Amino acid sequence: MIKEPEQRITCYHCGENCEEETIDKDDKNFCCQGCKTVYEILNKVELCDYYTISKAPGANQKSKVRLDKFAFLEDVQLQQKLIHFKNEKQSHVTFYLPQMHCSSCIWLLENLAKLDHHIIRSEVNFLKKEVSVVFSHSNSSLRSIAELLTSIGYEPHFSLNDLSGKAIKKYDKSRIYKIGIAGFCFGNIMLLSFPEYFSLGVIEEKGLKKLFSYLILVLSLPVFFYVASEFFVSAFKSLKQRYLNIDAPIALAILITFGRSVYEIIGGNGAGYMDSMSGIVFFMLIGRFFQNKTYNTMAFSRDYTSYFPLGVTIINEEGVEQQVPISKIKVGDRIKIHSNEIIPADSILFYGKASIDQSFVTGESFPVEKSIGEIIYAGGKQLGGALELEVIKDVSQSYLTSLWNNDAFKKTEEKGVSYIHTVSKYFTFVLFSIAIVSAIYWQINDPTRVWNAVTSILIVACPCALLLSATFTNGNMLRVLQNFGFFARNAGVIEQIAAADTIVFDKTGTITEQTNSEIKYEGTPLDEQIAQYVRSLAAQSNHPLSKAIVSYLPSYKKLVVKNYHEEPGAGIVGMIENNKVAIGSLNFFNPNAVQIDVGTKVYVQIKDRVYGYFAIQTNYRQGLAHVLGKLKERFKVSLISGDNDSEYSKLKNLFNAKQYFNRSPQDKLEYIEKLQKENKKVIMIGDGLNDAGALRQSNVGIAVTDNVNNFSPACDVIFDGTKFSHLDDLLKYCTHNKLIINISFSVSIFYNVVGLYFAVQGNLQPVIAAILMPVSSMSIVLLTTGLSTVLALPIKRKYKLRGRLFLKLI
Amino acid sequence: MSVIFILIIASLTIAIGFLIAFIWSVKTNQYDDDYTPSVRILFDNELRSKQQSNSKEKNK
Repeated sequence: MIKEPEQRITCYHCGENCEEETIDKDDKNFCCQGCKTVYEILNKVELCDYYTISKAPGANQKSKVRLDKFAFLEDVQLQQKLIHFKNEKQSHVTFYLPQMHCSSCIWLLENLAKLDHHIIRSEVNFLKKEVSVVFSHSNSSLRSIAELLTSIGYEPHFSLNDLSGKAIKKYDKSRIYKIGIAGFCFGNIMLLSFPEYFSLGVIEEKGLKKLFSYLILVLSLPVFFYVASEFFVSAFKSLKQRYLNIDAPIALAILITFGRSVYEIIGGNGAGYMDSMSGIVFFMLIGRFFQNKTYNTMAFSRDYTSYFPLGVTIINEEGVEQQVPISKIKVGDRIKIHSNEIIPADSILFYGKASIDQSFVTGESFPVEKSIGEIIYAGGKQLGGALELEVIKDVSQSYLTSLWNNDAFKKTEEKGVSYIHTVSKYFTFVLFSIAIVSAIYWQINDPTRVWNAVTSILIVACPCALLLSATFTNGNMLRVLQNFGFFARNAGVIEQIAAADTIVFDKTGTITEQTNSEIKYEGTPLDEQIAQYVRSLAAQSNHPLSKAIVSYLPSYKKLVVKNYHEEPGAGIVGMIENNKVAIGSLNFFNPNAVQIDVGTKVYVQIKDRVYGYFAIQTNYRQGLAHVLGKLKERFKVSLISGDNDSEYSKLKNLFNAKQYFNRSPQDKLEYIEKLQKENKKVIMIGDGLNDAGALRQSNVGIAVTDNVNNFSPACDVIFDGTKFSHLDDLLKYCTHNKLIINISFSVSIFYNVVGLYFAVQGNLQPVIAAILMPVSSMSIVLLTTGLSTVLALPIKRKYKLRGRLFLKLI
Repeated sequence: MSVIFILIIASLTIAIGFLIAFIWSVKTNQYDDDYTPSVRILFDNELRSKQQSNSKEKNK
């Protein structure tokens, strides 16, 4: 095929190619009316700086948003839930705008007041893609602001989740306060302890010594009573459940250190070990903060409510259309679904041509045509025109959403007990044995030293080194993984990955790319004219296969199609320049022919002659074969898909393992359960809502997504699909976790032995504790972060990762 | 040596001042969004607030 050099004209607003039509305005080109309208709105209020901050910053406006889409925002109850502050004059509301992507967006959205004078203030949080708007509600309304945002190309997204109340979970800042206070007290106590250490306990002035030690006591009070409280609470809780977690020995060490120090200070015998105590508390809190640093722009616990729209159009008995919140839908209601809307509940098609994209619900890669009277399951997205449906099941009882009633969703968050807790148990046991042995020894030889020796042992052998090794290793690994687009929910996930032995893949969207299906034409070569016939005909249809063909064929002038007819699920036919042109599946032309791979081959027929076919194949992710090859060395790999088995033979070469097709979301969950009953530790890699159950049931659920800020189901890891080829290296990297922790354990045991050497003799000087404690803490911090960074270097070098990728992703 | 009493109390007071400043800055959400302000500062703030845009209109 000859490709004519095309002059690329790009849209001034959205930067896309102006393919079919070009609209000129003020010497600027626009690809569609929508983009031009946005430009005009901004031009009128002199906000055109928008276009100078970034080039072509807008979102494409080709798909129009219907007028009454936000009518549901007039519902008073709904408003109350969305508006988070209201007084006589103004209301505060926050919108989530998925289109926000560049500095131009920030600039424009912070200048909303210029577009609507009833808006008092608007402020953007770019990382969360949110804009909070303060407006005067006497003159403006939630609906009008939502419509204003839509008119300039930022359609706000509302989800059912916004209404559940629990959604607004405030980030807990108490840990940051605690770190600040602990750091403050630790620093000051250490300074006040120095004179004592340097003169080795001999301070000439009595008053000064007293002042110092009492100041130390005062400063240690907030550390003991406020900052360290979380260790006591956690230890108490675990003891109540007759289980010894790592916080129990730590709480004991803090308690004894504090008790003995208070005794010494009040008795006037010394300054105690307050600096060691506040120091370990400070370091441990930093470690926990480092490890638990969550990605607040990502959500790991979404359920179906996040996907469903807030409002839906219902048609009442008088035939009047009405916007109602989704929660008010009842069985028997007649609802209207517009193009690109999600069907909220299982319903029967009543009127209209349904072409449902169910890839998210069932994993089918191509849209399904439904005829009147058929059941349409909730979660599918209508691609064609408007539909009328009759609801047959409640939103929460639908085929897809009922998955959330499964036990897998009720189980507690904790998946497995951390390895560190097991180790700490042995540690505590050994520690107590040493304490008891030395107590007995001193009881016999020198009873005055018993108390001294036992407390010293418990002070110096604090398992904080254990905790520090784990928290800093995990924290740094999470950071490294995040640079590769691998966002783990918490540190426990890394240990779970290291322990896993089985991987289950989903097909559609997980190992295939969501966009860019590959097209190949086979048969008699199409000349320029015929190619144009096919393109013009295909351009009439909204079917994704037709769209794929349109984008594949080069564009010339559009030809007029007469007598156009579309046979749903089969093909399309029309007259162009008195030639009958038809494209479609094989049995569209010959009803007797049996085409095996429906939906992947589109035949071309002109004047009753079949020219050939377009083969449309799903594109597998880059490096899939390589990744699978590597993973098979260490894991048992299988595939479970909701799609049909048209790709079976192709996948067979890749997987060479068990493959299951046409499986329901429930089947997937049960399959994982079955594997787990065989004592397998399963990693599930999926993408859609149909995998939600399996992701939840598995030991580690990894959701692959092409946009990390996009919607992904509840999971343990959100993985950037463009980094799919790194998967095997990343999973391998997780297994280093144990090695690093073990190495730093050995180091900390060395320090413990040194400390215990003094402690069992009953002469642990505060200065020794004060030196040992920071040295051991610091060396463990450096060792763990250093090792985990060094071990990541080969992967970094392999993929030539430069700079901070995370920032580029958002 | 008694000057050390004053010094210690002075230094502690200053340190407590910084601690309070830290807690205040966390409490008022100054660490919530560490990206947007860095972009915002580069914009000309001629039309940031409503008052200004109103006064502009009057000038016209």
